[in-house]
Amino acid sequence: MVIELRRIGRTFGSEPPVVALRDVELALAHGTSLSIVGPSGSGKSTLLNVLGCLDRPSTGTYLFDGIDVGTLSDDQRAALRAEGIGFVFQTFNLLAHRTVLENVMLAEVYRGTASDGRAERAQEALARVGMSHRATFLPTKLSGGEQQRVAIARALLGDPSVLLCDEPTGNLDSVNTESVLSLFDDLGGAGLTIVIVTHDDAVAARTQRQVRMIDGRLTEEGT
Amino acid sequence: MRGGATPRMSPRDLVGEAVAGLLARPARVALTVLGTVIGVGALVATLGLSKTASNQIVGRFDALSATDVVVSPSTRAGGSGAAVLPWDSESRLLRLNGVAAAGTLADVDVRGALVRSVPINDPLAAGAIQLPMKAASPGLFRAVHAELSTGRLFDAGHSRRADRVLVLGSNAARRLGIERVDQQPAVFVGDRLYAVIGLLSSVRRHASLLGSAIMPEGTARREFGLRAPALAQVETRIGAVELIVRQAPLALSPADPSLLKVASPPDPRQLRGEVKNDLNALFLLLGGVSLLVGAIGIANVTLVSVLERVGEIGLRRALGAGRRHIAAQFLLESTAMGLAGGIMGASLGTLVIVGVSATKTWTPVLDPWVPLGAPALGALIGLISGTYPSLRAAALEPVEALRAGT
Repeated sequence: MVIELRRIGRTFGSEPPVVALRDVELALAHGTSLSIVGPSGSGKSTLLNVLGCLDRPSTGTYLFDGIDVGTLSDDQRAALRAEGIGFVFQTFNLLAHRTVLENVMLAEVYRGTASDGRAERAQEALARVGMSHRATFLPTKLSGGEQQRVAIARALLGDPSVLLCDEPTGNLDSVNTESVLSLFDDLGGAGLTIVIVTHDDAVAARTQRQVRMIDGRLTEEGT
Repeated sequence: MRGGATPRMSPRDLVGEAVAGLLARPARVALTVLGTVIGVGALVATLGLSKTASNQIVGRFDALSATDVVVSPSTRAGGSGAAVLPWDSESRLLRLNGVAAAGTLADVDVRGALVRSVPINDPLAAGAIQLPMKAASPGLFRAVHAELSTGRLFDAGHSRRADRVLVLGSNAARRLGIERVDQQPAVFVGDRLYAVIGLLSSVRRHASLLGSAIMPEGTARREFGLRAPALAQVETRIGAVELIVRQAPLALSPADPSLLKVASPPDPRQLRGEVKNDLNALFLLLGGVSLLVGAIGIANVTLVSVLERVGEIGLRRALGAGRRHIAAQFLLESTAMGLAGGIMGASLGTLVIVGVSATKTWTPVLDPWVPLGAPALGALIGLISGTYPSLRAAALEPVEALRAGT
């Protein structure tokens, strides 16, 4: 299993405490695509943050590639993010003053790899998402769909174990949504583990597994 | 790796990210750097100008004071009113090897007589006034570096004949309403009429002469019963002060030299130090205040930059940046701004020193460590100013930063 959650809970504040996750159990095998659906405030994003090692669960155990994430220091969790996890955000989160190629190369900066060949590797990642012809453009010159493809290329650089996507089509029109989903289909077909948080049932239907979050609890929808 | 290692970032990448962060906001960075430029520039300029100016002051002081000897009756002889200095003091002193100029000077007691100009010269001139009256030997004018604005000085003939002539200092002439002597102006001292033959524009010793009327010693002896000169002013050649200090009392009072006291210049090295210390303290304070303003500017802009780039910080944390990488990047950015400001400030300050010196025809003097140390000082200020904002950036939780940045 690449991801294994055992009775994960997450509580915010103390008076009164807000329970965002309640005893979440989840096991995800390598190469699986999973969608997490649910209404706003149900805990989807909190779960994604826990999966991405951006947030620590209050209770329970999280194993990533067999490593107990709860035992890792802040720095070790950062290293795990750098090498094992790729993020795709709803708002793309590209640096506006850096070119497309530089934005993709940024994914290797905190990995400690040699800068030799970094540009070539970034070009390959851009080629995987069909964006190599925009390498020298600034993100502000791209459409929303193109920006999201660049963000996916950045997430793919370095072959992460898991791609975590938070509402990846939330800011896209139907044409660009279909384009990005097709890309996820291709990446899933190539064996990449993908977790997508979405409101959109049509998006969720494209993944192998669907789970639903309601009031912090996770229920299996189907495969 | 997966799980055991810590995130790594090469120094080259760190510098690259910091530079890119700065270049993303060139106008703001330029304005921020401007604060440090002014601060460091002011510091370099003030340090350099203080050094240049003090050297100039000390140089003038050396040239004048190192040749200055004043001989007057000692307290044992009864003070300055004692009749110890002979009337021929000037000629006796001039015979000494090492004396460049010499003359005697005394205050004349005019017994309350007021001085007034002759109305025909200027009907609007002030009425009778009290004016300090002095008696001098002809050589005194050279010994005090007196400059004439118009007319002439009196000579030995005037003194020998006790002519009723006066030379007026510039201030005294202004008070009497006399500006020129080509129409032979005259003034009354009490009921005695004196011809004004010359007006002084400046003196470099005994500045009180500029506010006085000066008559020949012979005239003062006959008209006002002057008993003796009060002091002898000597200008020596460079390096002859110690010799003249020993010889002058013997030449003027061979029977009992101890009746005279000799005032020689203070140690120039001590005075030079005092002058420099006074100036440096003032200018360093000004430069320090300027630098403080620059530092606050960098701290402020770096803090604003952190607040504006919360989303970017969140992204970097998601991509694997540790807290120390975030802190290091912002710290490097603020340090680079300080360094750039330091380099430009040092250049600007040096240009100011050269410019002012060229205008004043001074020799620019600057300690080498000032322009070399200024960039380091600028970088240090950037480093210190950026510490708090950098720590704030590093303390941001990735989830909060990502949420705030979207």
